[in-house]
Amino acid sequence: MKKTPLYESHLKYHAKMVSFHNYLMPIQYDSIINEHLLVRKNAGIFDISHMGKFEISGEDALSFVQQVITNDAAPLSEKQALYSPLCNEKGGIIDDILVYKMNLNKFLFIVNCANTEKDMAWLTEQAKPYRSLKLKNVTDEMSIIALQGPSSLQMLKNTLETDFKYLKRFCFDDFLMDDLSMIISRTGYTGEDGVEILVDATYALRLWDLFLKKNEAKGLRPVGLGARDTLRLEACFLLYGNDMDETVTPLETLIDWTVKFDKDSFIGKESLLEQKAGGVKHKIIGFEMSDQGIPRHDYPVLKKGEKIGKVTSGTFNPTTRKGIGLARITDQHAMAGEEIQIQIRDNYHEARIVKTPFYKRELKK
Amino acid sequence: MNIPDELQYTKTHEWVKKIQGNEVSIGITDHAQHQLQDIVYVELPSIGRELKMGAPCAVVESVKAAYDIYAPLSGKVTKINQELRESPQLINEDPYGKGWFLHIEISNPNELADLLSPGQYRAANESEQ
Repeated sequence: MKKTPLYESHLKYHAKMVSFHNYLMPIQYDSIINEHLLVRKNAGIFDISHMGKFEISGEDALSFVQQVITNDAAPLSEKQALYSPLCNEKGGIIDDILVYKMNLNKFLFIVNCANTEKDMAWLTEQAKPYRSLKLKNVTDEMSIIALQGPSSLQMLKNTLETDFKYLKRFCFDDFLMDDLSMIISRTGYTGEDGVEILVDATYALRLWDLFLKKNEAKGLRPVGLGARDTLRLEACFLLYGNDMDETVTPLETLIDWTVKFDKDSFIGKESLLEQKAGGVKHKIIGFEMSDQGIPRHDYPVLKKGEKIGKVTSGTFNPTTRKGIGLARITDQHAMAGEEIQIQIRDNYHEARIVKTPFYKRELKK
Repeated sequence: MNIPDELQYTKTHEWVKKIQGNEVSIGITDHAQHQLQDIVYVELPSIGRELKMGAPCAVVESVKAAYDIYAPLSGKVTKINQELRESPQLINEDPYGKGWFLHIEISNPNELADLLSPGQYRAANESEQ
């Protein structure tokens, strides 16, 4: 079982530790509900060092990246990031990742922890024709600390004595404080404003402690993977392994916008074009329970007694105190306002398809 | 860990309190509510249902997942705690009091001998850790 460099600190904050794809990670410190609300109202700090990280460099880097992702990296400026699926030849989703353009010939992929080895094997195979390409797994060398919530940019300023408001969403920059070098990226997985900070693993604990020390009086607390999941679901960010896997394509999920057919070629393009022409039969929708039932992954979804799909993600939403979920259902039912039923154990519970996301932060200038 | 002396227990973290005659009250222990945290939903059986010792009889859900609660004894459900429907957090706040689950009219008093004493339950938890 692997531990992140922040393991001891999690214990100090009384985290409940669980095994998460070979890592011992904090699921919660206090209560998932309190941690969720803290991120919505103030700010929380997350250890997401378990995420996989690959460096891709060489003159061929861009053409390789363009080949393996379905989204388009060509328009990216240096220090800009992009969300994209990695697809196989059939258009099935191997993983969903963040692509960071470090410079002209260097990219960084942030991948799901559970998929690190699988992705590395897949990318290594795809990289074979590219002679000068270097692909390196830097997962253990680099930690990621996420600071998320409406107060996060202010707390970042308190800590680093620099205002990062100039960073647009999905942009990042290098930053050096004394001997501590890091990358500050205006990205996140909570639906709130915030940053993800990439830092050398040997300095991660120092930076984590500094953030907590400088902002504890303002209410900053560590937040675990439990609230990370409820936050991402409320913001309708998909979770690999739950909402998508290799049996579904981006066109059947909420991320059809990440497939850029005008790109010359990419792995899966032909299959995805074919699927687009033939029409997509399933869609992912968001729904809210009408009673107090809580939907969970794999629960059947029905319409007038007929099974129309399955719940892909479900939870109790701490903000509204209602059950919410995402479901993959047959396309003809996928309309906001439709009444559906969720089978929870032996009972059918009423629910309603709603517009996604469930939560959208108010945009401030 | 709070383990009241006057109750009996199961290895699966339910408690049993004798009320009167063959009627008992059941719930989950302080240890169980602490492990689950943030209880947000409870599904109880209907009154009159026959329960079998060791079989699932209720479900509690935390934010994260659903967990089965097992009948500590066989018998018929005579009363359920309706308050838990609106206020499932009572289980976290007062697991041995306002957080009770249901009453059972037990059908086989011999089963009482299979329950754990407070000392046995404490020992079982310690060996689990």
